[in-house]
Amino acid sequence: MQKELLQQFAALNSTTRAPLISEEGASFAVDLRKHKISDAEYSVLKKIVGRTPTLPELGVFSAMWSEHCSYKSSKVHLGKLPTNGPQVVVGPGENAGVIRLSGKLCVAFKMESHNHPSYIEPYQGAATGVGGILRDVFCMGARPIANLNSLRFGQRSHPKTHYLFENVVKGVGDYGNCVGIPTVAGTVSFDKTYDGNILVNAMTCGTIHEDRIFKGFATGVNNLVVYVGSATGRDGIHGASMASDSFSSATSGERSTVQVGDPFAEKLLLEATLEVLERDLVIGLQDMGAAGLTSSSFEMADRAGNGLYLNLDLVPARAQHMTAYELLLSESQERMLMCVEPGKWEALQECLKRWQLPFAIIGLVTEGGRMHIVKDGVLEVDVPVAPLAEEAPRYERPYTMPSRTYSKDTNFRAVLQKASFAELLEKAIYDNGDKAKIYRQYDHHIGNKTILGPEEEGAGLLWLHSDWAEKGEDYIGLAVSTNCNERYCAQDPFVGAAQAVAKSYRAIVATGATPLAVTDCLNYGNPEDPTVMGQIVAGIEGIGEACRALDTPVVSGNVSLYNTTDGKSIAPTPMIGMVGKHPDIRKAVPAILKTKAYIYWLRPKATEGSFGGSLLAKILDKDVTEAVPALNWKAEREAAFWIQNLVATDRLVAARDLGTGGLALTLQKMLLPHAFGGTFALPGVKGKDDQNEAAFAEYSASYVLAFHEPLTLSLNSFEHLECHLLGEAKANSNMQLGSGTFERRTAEAKALESLKI
Amino acid sequence: MTSKFGATQIGLVQFPGSNCDADCIDAFKRLFQIDLQLIWHEETSLPSRLQGLILPGGFSYGDYLRSGALASISPIMQAVKGFVGKGGSVIGICNGFQVLTESKLLPGALLKNDSRKFICEYAHLSVAGGDSVYHRKLKGSLYKVPIAHGEGRYYVDSEGLKKLGANGQILFQYAGTDGVLSEASNPNGAISHIAGIVSENGRVLGMMPHPERASSELLGSADGQKILEAFLETVG
Repeated sequence: MQKELLQQFAALNSTTRAPLISEEGASFAVDLRKHKISDAEYSVLKKIVGRTPTLPELGVFSAMWSEHCSYKSSKVHLGKLPTNGPQVVVGPGENAGVIRLSGKLCVAFKMESHNHPSYIEPYQGAATGVGGILRDVFCMGARPIANLNSLRFGQRSHPKTHYLFENVVKGVGDYGNCVGIPTVAGTVSFDKTYDGNILVNAMTCGTIHEDRIFKGFATGVNNLVVYVGSATGRDGIHGASMASDSFSSATSGERSTVQVGDPFAEKLLLEATLEVLERDLVIGLQDMGAAGLTSSSFEMADRAGNGLYLNLDLVPARAQHMTAYELLLSESQERMLMCVEPGKWEALQECLKRWQLPFAIIGLVTEGGRMHIVKDGVLEVDVPVAPLAEEAPRYERPYTMPSRTYSKDTNFRAVLQKASFAELLEKAIYDNGDKAKIYRQYDHHIGNKTILGPEEEGAGLLWLHSDWAEKGEDYIGLAVSTNCNERYCAQDPFVGAAQAVAKSYRAIVATGATPLAVTDCLNYGNPEDPTVMGQIVAGIEGIGEACRALDTPVVSGNVSLYNTTDGKSIAPTPMIGMVGKHPDIRKAVPAILKTKAYIYWLRPKATEGSFGGSLLAKILDKDVTEAVPALNWKAEREAAFWIQNLVATDRLVAARDLGTGGLALTLQKMLLPHAFGGTFALPGVKGKDDQNEAAFAEYSASYVLAFHEPLTLSLNSFEHLECHLLGEAKANSNMQLGSGTFERRTAEAKALESLKI
Repeated sequence: MTSKFGATQIGLVQFPGSNCDADCIDAFKRLFQIDLQLIWHEETSLPSRLQGLILPGGFSYGDYLRSGALASISPIMQAVKGFVGKGGSVIGICNGFQVLTESKLLPGALLKNDSRKFICEYAHLSVAGGDSVYHRKLKGSLYKVPIAHGEGRYYVDSEGLKKLGANGQILFQYAGTDGVLSEASNPNGAISHIAGIVSENGRVLGMMPHPERASSELLGSADGQKILEAFLETVG
């Protein structure tokens, strides 16, 4: 096979070239627009190619220079993120980031969006989103051990929400369940900002030995390029450029650009890939994700500074008469490109056959740094590899930084004063809901590692019992969380993004773990709108400030722009995924209470709670003029330090960071699952008037903590925090908070009703 | 820590798509110091000294056609049938149970859950009447064991059900935390709340819940250990 390919390559000079596109007439402008290539980009393209391109070449540039693959609008700003730290082993730029947990035990993780496909075809869109992020992690040689997801839908009452919700959840579940990866944590919300553009963000974490981290290079001239996995069909053509598209109301015709997932093929590909890497059978390996064969082959060649010769007649195809253009741009799922030395080809074949995977040699590594692709004896693509990445467009798009000013909203607070506590809490519980309907559909026990699962509605915690960890660390855990409060981000794109990091941090701290690093998935609207671009810049700066303050560098990420329907962009939603190390899972602290306990409230010293971007503002449908809770890094760090000490001395029985809906909803989330209640004080409340303000205001750096015994230590020793005893939680009780009372049965009913969409 | 079962020869069949194999390996090693012998689905014979066999959970062959249907005609299953014919002990968990019914090594079938949705949660298993080793070892207690399946609704026709009852072949039933069988305690609509049954000779157990997952209090329950111990007792 190698010989044959070498002969074909040697004869390239006499091979017919595919016709060049016509630059004449109106159809040319349409072609460029369809490929989302601007006039300026086209002239750079022509300079790189040295002539007018062929149609497949135009397709290749379109995919490689799409927002999704090139980060052309965000790259200049992404450089502001902190990416270094002693824990970082592999930072951004690879398929996934890697951090060290203990000894040689490392964790690879990344989060990615699959928003557009999931809106068009929710079941397959969500399923293939999970498949894609799994491959990003296992193609580095890491074995996936946990999935997370963050879902955002339109309002419950929107006519499409029921269909999208049911199918996205089923798609996420069916795929992860079949591959056998537990889904251990996640978030979901329903907001009108997503009525026309839902968000499906999926995250995978995998474990890997530090000395076995694999980076895919196509080195060694004349080595074989091997296609592995499902055959290529016409599904998902132009997925990468679609991901950079905005929606109009009529998008049903785009169904064919959505990929179809086969989790069984993924499971085989996962096992085969890990075996191939373990046995050192390949020198290069790259997932065919967005922009399929195009991006995988160009990336693999680019990293080694080599070229490739590919013969597309050899690609396993699912449909007849597929063109070079289609084969190059298809996003058919569950495929890998491998680069193998001829001496290892036998062993590689044996392994792939055992895992029942289709495979084929489709090309060679070549000298000279050019990509030559033929089909039916015609040279379809002939372009230099390196300039495609090096000279990819970078835009410093004009932006207007958000400049809203904030003030205490006395009108809103007056509305709160008159409202009924029970009614407000009922609405808050309904908005938050009982998520069992979702996570019951996700296998969250498989792997024998889940210590804290999705029922906590906090961070997930996994027991790693790995031989690669330091001696004596048999009980270390991996804590994982994901979060972003879109209302905070809509109110203040900078602080909101920083709060997404802080909230993920608090969820991990509450389990007793130490947060270590971040992956992000930046979901924004149209970057060509200066206001949206300003949100993106502010969001990246907010994440940067938070990650620096909390020592959690960003090691991987994804940008999803053009989340826009009919010209309306979504609220900024910079989703954060965070991982941390738990010192001893036998001391894991749950977020829900399972035993009677004394309840304390930890919060920043002398700080007033806020209603800016609050859940109450959403429930009452008011534009509140207040700022979102102010960032307070000193209080965040002090709280984390104190909680870690309490865990070490076994004193905490439950801990939950104070979230949306303030103390009232946080208490309910902590107490309700196991039918607890009790009588609790509202610190600082003078009378009935400020009851609701105190009960529902939201804070930074705040937790509700549960102890077996009342604390004997002084609560005045904090520098930046204050801590208040609220009362005693008891089984089978209603909740009284300040002067407000609430029936447990009503809460249970409201929570269940919440997801009957 | 040593276990009296440490020298027992137990095999585990790996089908393409099996995904609970690692959890079985982990549980048998951690609880009993047994290293499971891995048997690839393309093999046509079992190791000669094998005393017991596990068919693990997962999605064998993608569960295409029907759950367990393609696995039931894979090369290794002839050898498994021979092993069962000679009185060998087999435990089929989740997809392994589906393989056992598809292979006619156990009666009945596993249908889509009545909710038509995948269900992952803890179930509480009560032990029905019978005289197998499993019944004798496990009776009188309630077992908290997770389920995770989309097609776990056990079904058998009325004559078959009568036979299962008369022979004492029903082992586990989905119960409430109080041990009572109620409609609310039946997660998937299984006939007579059946979660697990044994063969007439009591040596082949098929169950939808995952005892290998309930293998440590740290993971939420250690009740599965007793069930796996009972399996090892049948090997005897």
